[in-house]
Amino acid sequence: MKGLGELERTIMDILWAQNAPLTAREVGRLIADRDLAPTTVMTVLDRLTRKGFLTRTRDGRAWRYAPGASRDAYVAELMLEALDMTGDRSAALTRFAQTVSGPEAEILRKALTELEEE
Amino acid sequence: MIAAVLLAALATACALGAWRLAFAKWPWRAPRSAILLWQSLGVTWGLASVGALLAYALQPYGGGVLYGLRSFTESAVLFGMGHGLLQPYGVPRMGALVAGLMLLAVLVAVLLAAGTQTFRARRRHRLLLSLIARDDPGVPGVRVVDHPGAAAYCLPGLRSEVVVSAGTLSLLSRDELTAVLAHEAAHARERHDLVLLPFTALTWALPWVSVVRNAQSSVALLVEMAADDRARRYCSPRRLATALLRFGSAGAVPAPDGTLGAGSDHVMARVNRLVKPGPALPRRARYALVTFSVLLSVSAPLLWLYPH
Repeated sequence: MKGLGELERTIMDILWAQNAPLTAREVGRLIADRDLAPTTVMTVLDRLTRKGFLTRTRDGRAWRYAPGASRDAYVAELMLEALDMTGDRSAALTRFAQTVSGPEAEILRKALTELEEE
Repeated sequence: MIAAVLLAALATACALGAWRLAFAKWPWRAPRSAILLWQSLGVTWGLASVGALLAYALQPYGGGVLYGLRSFTESAVLFGMGHGLLQPYGVPRMGALVAGLMLLAVLVAVLLAAGTQTFRARRRHRLLLSLIARDDPGVPGVRVVDHPGAAAYCLPGLRSEVVVSAGTLSLLSRDELTAVLAHEAAHARERHDLVLLPFTALTWALPWVSVVRNAQSSVALLVEMAADDRARRYCSPRRLATALLRFGSAGAVPAPDGTLGAGSDHVMARVNRLVKPGPALPRRARYALVTFSVLLSVSAPLLWLYPH
């Protein structure tokens, strides 16, 4: 059986690929790993909901799960922080270099050309 | 009174020293020793400023700052229980006491707040990475985020992770990527994030003080240079330099308001250092720096104990 972390990924990928909210049973059917206990799927769906990555709505006796935001939105969130563009001067990451633009980038481009011609 | 005067002088000297150090170029020749000096300046400035106020405020008790704090607390507790009287206290000393304790509280609170905020941001980032980032057989041990922008960073922690964007993979040559990864591995191994955190915290507490902003910016640059120095042992410094230039000028995104404008200055300073390395600071000078930093760091605590 896969670790919980990997299962979280798989389930998010499945839900991102769907257009409509799914029940735990439907999610379970779409997972390639047939040995998975239904309770495991429910547990992971619950964990992801508590972490805020899924939202759920009542549908009869079951819950239907949908992603809280699109995959692209989460990628964008990661990149905003990676590029230090969240505006709060966060000390959370150590970055390789700041990416600059405009005339500042021009200075760097010129220096790069000179260095490569040497 | 001697302790209060000495502590006030020490705090002023630290502030002046930080102001000078922020514009000095020699620290680039010995980033590690310079970082140590910055740290001792920071700690000493904090302890000396608080200490000077408290030493003046608690002088009537005699016996120094720590002894005075204990005596003051004891007499305040007795007074609270209805025994005895608080010593008659002048307004200036009362003001100094309140100011000293407030400053201490602000410094501690800001450090804790920065630590908590950073910890939360990292936990969120780690969660997102676990759902989104993929492993790439071309770069083992590195997480890859599928985004065309140029990003390469380390997510520090007990299990630090090095992350690059797909844009970085296509932007850099093989050798340049090796250099970038060596640089990030150095950040992760030496926990440079912990070095920088107190300085970032101080900029939150005193955002309008230019000395503090310059200090943070200087230490941030020194930390990068320290990582560059470590990385060049494992890669060609020239490739690290071209990686820096390619990376820095890859700006697909316009810089938002409020970010530091020092971007290209910092990059060029690092590039020049890599391409034309000047002489390192002589060993004797570096030892002198380290000794000075240690002596500076113990000076303020000793003055807290000084009884006069």
